[in-house]
Amino acid sequence: MMNQRVRTMMEESVLPPLVALVVALVAGDLLIMAYGQAPGVVWRTLLEGTWGNSYGFGQVLYKATTLTCTGLAVAVGLRAGLFNIGAEGQLAAGGFGAAVVGLMLPAGTPWLIAVTLCVLAAALAGGAVGSVPGILRARFGAHEVIITIMLNFVVLALLNYLVSAKLHVPETLHTPEIHAGAVPRLSSAFAAFHGSAANWTIVIVLLAAALVWGFLFRTRAGYELRAVGLQSDAAEYAGIRSGRVWFNALTMSGALAGLGGINFVLGYKNYYEDGFTGGAGFLGIAVALIGRNNPVGVVLAALFFATLSQGGLAINAMVPKQIVEVLQGIVILAVATAVPEVRRLLRGSMQRRKASS
Amino acid sequence: MHVALLFVRPSGSLAAPAPGGLDIGIVFDLGGRGDKSFNDGAYIGANRAVKELGARVRFVEPGEGSDREAGLRLLAAEGMKLVIGVGFIFTDDLTALANEYPGVAFAGVDFAVAIGPDGKPILPPKNVAALRFREEQGSFLVGAIAALVGGSKKVGFVGGMDTPLIHKFEAGYRAGVKEVCPDCEVLVQYAGVTPDAFRNPGRGKELALSQYQQGVNVIYHASGSTGLGVFEAARTMNRYAIGVDADQYQEAPGRVLTSMVKRVDNAVYDVILRVSENRFSGGIYNFGLAEDGVAYIYDDHNRALIPDNVRARVEALKAEVIAGRIAVPSSR
Repeated sequence: MMNQRVRTMMEESVLPPLVALVVALVAGDLLIMAYGQAPGVVWRTLLEGTWGNSYGFGQVLYKATTLTCTGLAVAVGLRAGLFNIGAEGQLAAGGFGAAVVGLMLPAGTPWLIAVTLCVLAAALAGGAVGSVPGILRARFGAHEVIITIMLNFVVLALLNYLVSAKLHVPETLHTPEIHAGAVPRLSSAFAAFHGSAANWTIVIVLLAAALVWGFLFRTRAGYELRAVGLQSDAAEYAGIRSGRVWFNALTMSGALAGLGGINFVLGYKNYYEDGFTGGAGFLGIAVALIGRNNPVGVVLAALFFATLSQGGLAINAMVPKQIVEVLQGIVILAVATAVPEVRRLLRGSMQRRKASS
Repeated sequence: MHVALLFVRPSGSLAAPAPGGLDIGIVFDLGGRGDKSFNDGAYIGANRAVKELGARVRFVEPGEGSDREAGLRLLAAEGMKLVIGVGFIFTDDLTALANEYPGVAFAGVDFAVAIGPDGKPILPPKNVAALRFREEQGSFLVGAIAALVGGSKKVGFVGGMDTPLIHKFEAGYRAGVKEVCPDCEVLVQYAGVTPDAFRNPGRGKELALSQYQQGVNVIYHASGSTGLGVFEAARTMNRYAIGVDADQYQEAPGRVLTSMVKRVDNAVYDVILRVSENRFSGGIYNFGLAEDGVAYIYDDHNRALIPDNVRARVEALKAEVIAGRIAVPSSR
């Protein structure tokens, strides 16, 4: 029955996040009032500063582009039953890879070739970082959580050294500008976006999200990946080699996170700056969680967190930025607890209804 | 419940700003308020402008890298008279925005001025004030204090990242030591060549301990939180350390001889004052001893550590520097 399908969808994937959102909003109201401000005014300012004007919306798109990449990275890992906490380092490595290739290419390189090479470099650099926990997991059974966390420090310190000792412009923390491979801003086509950092890498990233969706749900390898994630022993019994799937999943995860680096390096500043990641890799975990490890959900969740981040700036005159950070935390907690909880309640009430009828 | 709360309006909540006032916007660096240094200095200066000049100040605390530009743009677009970025990292963003908003005045604390191929500094855009500090002059005075109080012919210096910016501190310090004690030796060590060298207290302690063991009695640090290790070493060895940027007496009470402070508050207040009196103009502003932009701490906490004759000598040197009779080198 068609109605049944709609109802299941409502109950399984739409209602629980909405409940979580309402919980977070009420908690936010109380926080804002505790700070002596009017919740209605603060929320309105937040919306006006993000979706209410084209500049703010452009900023949301820019931030969502990076978050989509790191969210996809974590989601692919989780689908294979692996928790990749290394997106931060992989994102930085990707940005660095793109910047190095952009610097090496001569200034007149044809645009399409230059961008392709830079994007590939970003994915390769991120993938290389992701393959390390992949090998260690597949070969030696080392726990990927520990490896990916620790690898963040190694990668960030290494990049920090390379930039500040070899590549930087004096008195700054960034490399020189790349010679080729820059991606134009959205404002070059839509004047309304003027000033915002939003750029065409969003198309590349959305394409990547679509490809990930197709891979996960429409290919044999994607099926194997999900099977290993659900029950690796059963998958092994069915003839799937878990080790190889783990390696592939973590490498792909790293490549997706690395892809996020092009948003800043090719699309925004045209150089690699130490610390440009700013926690987007870690926020990717929350994006994947809220997006229910589904590429479509990840894109929506990335938009949501990008809105909170940009909106935080807009309401900064009224409340300190920590309020927005607390709010992010509450949303994550609410989704993590409300989703299974609301489902259980819904199922319970449905069973009671069935029993009584 | 949420809908009901939307209509709550606590008293004292923010009203919309009226046009025509002295509206100032300040974007902090990622460290933000509460760093006991740069950002807090800017906050203090702005608050003074609120009290004395009736300025209305809006602060923005960025959450990540791209928020720096977004914050500046937000404030410029709202029609602020002056927008200030706190920290050298704002240099690129300020330059770009100043060209886009020629009617808004901008100021950058520690704005990085590049040197052109002809050896002359490249001036920032016309509506940008580069607020820079003569750290070498303040370092010169604490160098003199270190040599006069230390009394062991050896004084120490611990730098953070080995860059021209920190060489400025070293050069001034060395000149100060030699001024009062030509045969004194200055031990100089840097914590590293990456920005991590500014946040490595373990390394700071290691370097400081080795210098103290070589007979140094006073160490001046210009190394961010690496310096916390220097203070720790001073405490264990019962020797002295000299703080930097802000008054760091509280890090090791009794062991902090003095601190070379950058008066970011004065620089920020000064530029707001210029705007309020309609005499703002872009360019490079250097804040040295004469402008009260750098200073050394001498107050109730450390009066007992600095003998009166030392104080008199240092004040005399200060007057000489201000009068231009002593030129303090800014590079080694």
